[in-house]
Amino acid sequence: MSTAASQLFGGQLNVVNIGLSMFEDDIRSQGAPVRTLDWTPPGGGKPEVIAALDALARPELAERIEAANAEAVDRIKNAKPMLVGFGRAIDVVPGMTPTTILHSGPPVAWEDMSGPMKGAVTGALVFEGLATDLEDAARVAASGGITFAPCHEHRCVGSMAGVTSPSMYMHVVRNETHGNYAYTNLSEQLAKILRMGANDQSVIDRLVWMRDVLGPMLKEAVEFTGPIDLRLMLAQALHMGDEAHNRNIAGTVLLFQALAPGLLQSSFSEARKKEVFDFIASSDYFSGPTWMATAKAALDAAHGIEGSTVVTTMARNGVEFGIRVSGLPGNHWLTGPAQKVIGPMFAGYKPEDSGLDIGDSAITETYGFGGFAMAAAPAIVALVGGTVEDAMAYTRDMALITTDQNPNVTIPALGFQGIPTGIDVRKVLETGIVPVINTAIAHKDAGIGMIGAGITHPPVDVFEKAILALADKLA
Amino acid sequence: MSVTAVIKKNSYFDSVSLMSISTKANGIDGVGQAFVAMATEMNKAVLQNLGLLTDELKAATTSDLMIVVVPSEGADGDELVPLVEELLVRKAPAAGGAEVSHRTVASAVEEDADINLAVIAVNGAFAAREARKALDAGLNVMMFSDNVAVEDEIALKNLAHDNGLLMMGPDCGTAILNGVALCFGNAVRPGTVGIVAASGTGSQEVSVQVHALGGGVSQLIGTGGRDLSAEVGGIMMIDGIRALAADPGTEVIVLVSKPPAAETEAKVLAEVATAGKPVVVYFIGGSQDAVLAAGGHFAASSADAARQAVELSSAAASQPETLDAAQVDAVLAKLAPGQENVRGLFCGGTLCDESMYALLNDGREVFSNIQKDPAFQIGAADSSRGHTFLDFGDDEFTNGRPHPMIDPSNRLARIVEEARDPSVAALVMDFVLGFGAHEDPAGVTLPAIREGQRIAQEDGRHLEVIAYVLGTELDTPGLDAQRKALAEAGVTVTSSSTVTGEFARAIARKGAAA
Repeated sequence: MSTAASQLFGGQLNVVNIGLSMFEDDIRSQGAPVRTLDWTPPGGGKPEVIAALDALARPELAERIEAANAEAVDRIKNAKPMLVGFGRAIDVVPGMTPTTILHSGPPVAWEDMSGPMKGAVTGALVFEGLATDLEDAARVAASGGITFAPCHEHRCVGSMAGVTSPSMYMHVVRNETHGNYAYTNLSEQLAKILRMGANDQSVIDRLVWMRDVLGPMLKEAVEFTGPIDLRLMLAQALHMGDEAHNRNIAGTVLLFQALAPGLLQSSFSEARKKEVFDFIASSDYFSGPTWMATAKAALDAAHGIEGSTVVTTMARNGVEFGIRVSGLPGNHWLTGPAQKVIGPMFAGYKPEDSGLDIGDSAITETYGFGGFAMAAAPAIVALVGGTVEDAMAYTRDMALITTDQNPNVTIPALGFQGIPTGIDVRKVLETGIVPVINTAIAHKDAGIGMIGAGITHPPVDVFEKAILALADKLA
Repeated sequence: MSVTAVIKKNSYFDSVSLMSISTKANGIDGVGQAFVAMATEMNKAVLQNLGLLTDELKAATTSDLMIVVVPSEGADGDELVPLVEELLVRKAPAAGGAEVSHRTVASAVEEDADINLAVIAVNGAFAAREARKALDAGLNVMMFSDNVAVEDEIALKNLAHDNGLLMMGPDCGTAILNGVALCFGNAVRPGTVGIVAASGTGSQEVSVQVHALGGGVSQLIGTGGRDLSAEVGGIMMIDGIRALAADPGTEVIVLVSKPPAAETEAKVLAEVATAGKPVVVYFIGGSQDAVLAAGGHFAASSADAARQAVELSSAAASQPETLDAAQVDAVLAKLAPGQENVRGLFCGGTLCDESMYALLNDGREVFSNIQKDPAFQIGAADSSRGHTFLDFGDDEFTNGRPHPMIDPSNRLARIVEEARDPSVAALVMDFVLGFGAHEDPAGVTLPAIREGQRIAQEDGRHLEVIAYVLGTELDTPGLDAQRKALAEAGVTVTSSSTVTGEFARAIARKGAAA
């Protein structure tokens, strides 16, 4: 025995108390610092999950995982996503065909899709001229003639239903550091829109206008402005009170500021330009998809690192929640049931009207903003039903399940601490803390649209499945 | 449909707050539907669709706030609007920043690098895992949890040993480190007596007796009850002896345990021989020769252990209280013929042990749930026979309820049951004070004692109750107040566990002599 125990003697006892809070008061009353852990059994107390955690904790393996995770997080931090253009999905998205429909979340068959996603798919088929009307679209969708695939498997992300059809215009984002590309379509603004499951003529008309006016004008604009540094802009938006998932007011102003000269120089008529300006002004959400593509470009660069337990995708299709983990390369989805979203709703709607959690937008939390950066956006704490202190606590909690902080994107109110980055499957299960996701609520039925916003969480199953797969592969 | 609409000119609220306010407004009693929103074109279009857009609302502009209430049947919209307006008043945030709560040892240590001890009291299935993480983080560990596999205990203690850390437990209920009593410990004077103990209440008893004699405690290191088994081999007790031997604040070391496994005892005594400080060895019912051969000081009882420790230290020792023969004679005189049996009802396992051994070593037969001899073992469901000593802290008695030191009410029914037995001469009980213990063990037990006394009296006999209160005047409640409450109820109060055993032995001799 070395002398460490005798070093303990004579000094100040300083205690961490685990399990029985009754001991805390006695220790404190005797003048010793003490804190009681907010302890829950690791892995929900499931023996197989604990065994997997322990297998991955063996020193030589743990060291390897730490190194792999450091590499994954470095790639996320160092990725430099640039907005380099806009283009039609059929022209820019890898693997896109005239009869491909991309959707959000993990893979899902037509017959299993949720109400909002079916609404969006049928609307998109009408928009593409692949069906004559919504009824015909349902038949076409079920015919086997349409290729359905997750956006994520085509370097894309899609907000809410995420339905992306060949002639929709996409952001083209290039990660300058690692050379990979990411894509996402354009904001339809809120609330009765395709991505929320609405699909009436007003929705189709808007999509047509976006294809014929908005998209081409944005494309020309970026040709004039040159590439736009999205990470820098994201960082500025957080400093201005956005969390860049549910609050995008600053980011939209910044993006518009950068695009405006290019839009003005475009070949369109003044009337068209005014239409575009009005459209951008009609909703703060305009830049929402832009930040999703920013995150996707960084996280794709961090995917597929041997030994890493860092989550690179969180995505939902309205039925299932799926994650991908860096150390489980390719399209290895770990899935569980999509959860309810809890939060304020538009007048006239009730919680039972809500569809389940849907969309690829949780890519923002996967990167470290959105719900992870609630502390940056005190203006929307009503969303989480609480106070500014609650918002701070959300961000601090997320630091407990992430690998590092991103010094390139910081939060003023937390002393310019970097956003929590690199969700570690192991930490989620050790702490029992699941990621927090800010998101919108779509009506459960096709054809209606957005009815509220709030927060949700992944089902813990996905992390349990991930740790078992990781232990299987690595241990 | 009646609609009450109020426009607040130039009142800006952000849309997320307004959604939240609308949601709350819809929950107000009497509100059929409520709509609180800025008067944007989009929001006015929604009202139009709902058929709620009055001319007044139509004229509102983007910077105006609209409050629209459709009362439910029989409700008055004008009364409801003020209730909705109340929701617009912002509530002040809760004062003070919330303290960061940690989920794992690692994150707590990350925030405060000065943390040096983990107290672990989680379900036994998870305890070893937490302990390993704490040891890996460089913390000493006190593990209150039990039901931990012996293999895990050995691995943890070896890990702690290799890293120069204390691994106290599993099943360690008592420690005093740097003057801080942990879990079930008593408030005792700081001093120079260091204790290493495999027995929780045994070490509490030695510490309070050291205090009673004017001495004080430097450190009290618990090892957990299994440390001196052949499997574990006394890893923690040996490390504890070495740590106290190296501690300049410790002059005398006291070891407290039930008798160790033979090979473990040899290892521990080898440490005694090389400690370089006086070591008092109190192994309950253990043999004197081996201890003396190792150069240790043999203690025959807990009181003896405390007395020797204080005498060997530089503290000024007062004289220990001994059994008062006149008091014994007075009790014996009250007993009728046939009142021969002693019934011990204990919260503290070692206290039960010490009194039971006082009778066993005197040639009496004793039934107990902690008897080694299977012929004399009885369970929780069994009635008492002859001399019976029960440890209510035994798993079979607690049966999922709190330990009787936390909640002594477990034994109340048994007090009354024993009082009905005309063969009973005396009940012998302990009352354990201190951190973690019940706030008034005497008070919670006295009604049952009085009931027992009443039953005996109606039956024309005296029921003697002998009580030992383990504690100090520094404990809360204090020793004197608890003793006084018992004495006022006619209970005979003893001064130590050892004297309690001697008292019980003296009464049991009456039956043997009859």
